[in-house]
Amino acid sequence: MATLALRNRPLGAPLQGPGAVVGARDGAAQAGGAALLQVDAVSLEYHTPGRVVRATHRVGFDVFASERFVLLGPSGCGKSTLLKAVAGFIDPVEGEIRLDGQRVRGPGPDRIVVFQEFDQLPPWKTVRENVMFPLLASRTLGRKEASERALHYLAKVGLAPFADVHPHQLSGGMKQRVAIARALAMQPRVLLMDEPFAALDALTRRKMQEELLALWDEVRFTLLFVTHSIEEALVVGSRIALLSPHPGRMRAEINSHAFGLHSLGSDDFQATAQRIHGLLFESDGATE
Amino acid sequence: MNTAPSGLTPPVRPEYEHRLEPFTAVPLERALPWHERLWQQGWIRKGLILALLALLWEVAARWQDNELLLPTFTATMRALADGLASGELLEKVRISLTVLLQGYALGVLLSFGLTSLAVSSRVGRDLLDTLTSMFNPLPAIALLPLALLWFGLGRGALVFVLIHSVLWPLALNTYAGFQGVPETLRMAGRNYGLTGLRYVLQILVPAALPAILSGLKIGWAFAWRTLIAAELVFGASSGKGGLGWYIFQNRNELYTDRVFAGLVMVILIGLLVETLAFQALERLTVRRWGMQK
Repeated sequence: MATLALRNRPLGAPLQGPGAVVGARDGAAQAGGAALLQVDAVSLEYHTPGRVVRATHRVGFDVFASERFVLLGPSGCGKSTLLKAVAGFIDPVEGEIRLDGQRVRGPGPDRIVVFQEFDQLPPWKTVRENVMFPLLASRTLGRKEASERALHYLAKVGLAPFADVHPHQLSGGMKQRVAIARALAMQPRVLLMDEPFAALDALTRRKMQEELLALWDEVRFTLLFVTHSIEEALVVGSRIALLSPHPGRMRAEINSHAFGLHSLGSDDFQATAQRIHGLLFESDGATE
Repeated sequence: MNTAPSGLTPPVRPEYEHRLEPFTAVPLERALPWHERLWQQGWIRKGLILALLALLWEVAARWQDNELLLPTFTATMRALADGLASGELLEKVRISLTVLLQGYALGVLLSFGLTSLAVSSRVGRDLLDTLTSMFNPLPAIALLPLALLWFGLGRGALVFVLIHSVLWPLALNTYAGFQGVPETLRMAGRNYGLTGLRYVLQILVPAALPAILSGLKIGWAFAWRTLIAAELVFGASSGKGGLGWYIFQNRNELYTDRVFAGLVMVILIGLLVETLAFQALERLTVRRWGMQK
């Protein structure tokens, strides 16, 4: 994997900066211990009528416990497909995905996904029932305990007063909060988020990023987050994987643990954003 | 560089900031006037439509002035009241409804079986596709002679054609509803470890409920029509007839007002089932959930 990452690095790419570009395996070695989630040389394909399209080609990265790992790339880099593969909805054609050393086979409640779309909340369940749903469906808890835990996590996202309304009565940001509470209530090994704030307006998105970071400070969940916004990646993530498009391949991994909403606009932040922009867009021809 | 024409440069105006007090000038919400609230009641609007139609009927009948062809609304109501009072009409309704409910329930069960098969396998889907395109256009009444041959001149034949009239439209609607379930919702369900029948019952059925309900309504209407038509044509031979037979018999004896009373009864039951059963069901489910306006 390391050699692949090195081979993919363009000759002129700078190596200095707050987080130097390193191969996926090097990063794993530095952190020490086994990674919680291992994506090992995974190639993914999807079918359209008449052809098979390669979405990602031998992508590899490790996610450690309590890391906020971001997959960043332009559309067509297969980042969402990769997340679905980690969730178990798609089987890799090559390589494997391991969680706690166990190969991932099919979807399961140890990896809860927060989707971008608002219709991820069953409209026939109230907010509280929505949060209870995975707990009951996976037979993790009884009805009473599930209800208590649902209220606990709804309070965490500030929605306790709305526990008994139906989702259609909520705004988009509130719906995403319910989805996050639902995911956290399940206490999954990894929380998977597929552009969860992309359908929100800019102000709500900013607020949701802030809340997500506050929740992480409190709960310290492991997060795999997909986005196409460089700014969001730097704010939300502690480590960012950059993917190149058509097909998705690992371009770089960058540390962003130093950045948060407070560093928006700082020189360091701007410089890293510029560097990521350069890595993603300016040397497309040099990657081959 | 050359300067822009002065007319196209917006003026720079002074900035300002307001300190906002709590808003108390006008109440934030106010109630609608009583007549608008009354007009929002569906049953009042519908009742008005019904009253208008009855008035139109009465006027047309009086103008026509031929009781054999078109009895007046009042005469029909009198015949209806007589029929209800003597218990004859109610007995006919009971006979019709028991057969109807049997056929309907069996049709609903079969169609859920068929669609569950269709969502779980490709062969099941092909089976549903082929069967519905073969049998859905086939009028149930056309099958009745065959059914009488197979099941004899009794309830069996009627239940058979009722199943036929309910099964295909309901299966088509339910399947279309299942297919329309958003991919995100499906993935969420699978994410929580739901598979097989639990997945169908906890995700697909509630998510497709608007389509299933409209299928149930269509099925109900088809079943009603089929039953009345079957009784009109063959009811005489099945011993004790239902509403259709009542209509047929009274037409033969030229009691046109009773024919109309029977038709009104058919309409009344239709309205009753629509408002009491289906609308109540919709209000409790899809409307409360915001899936239907």
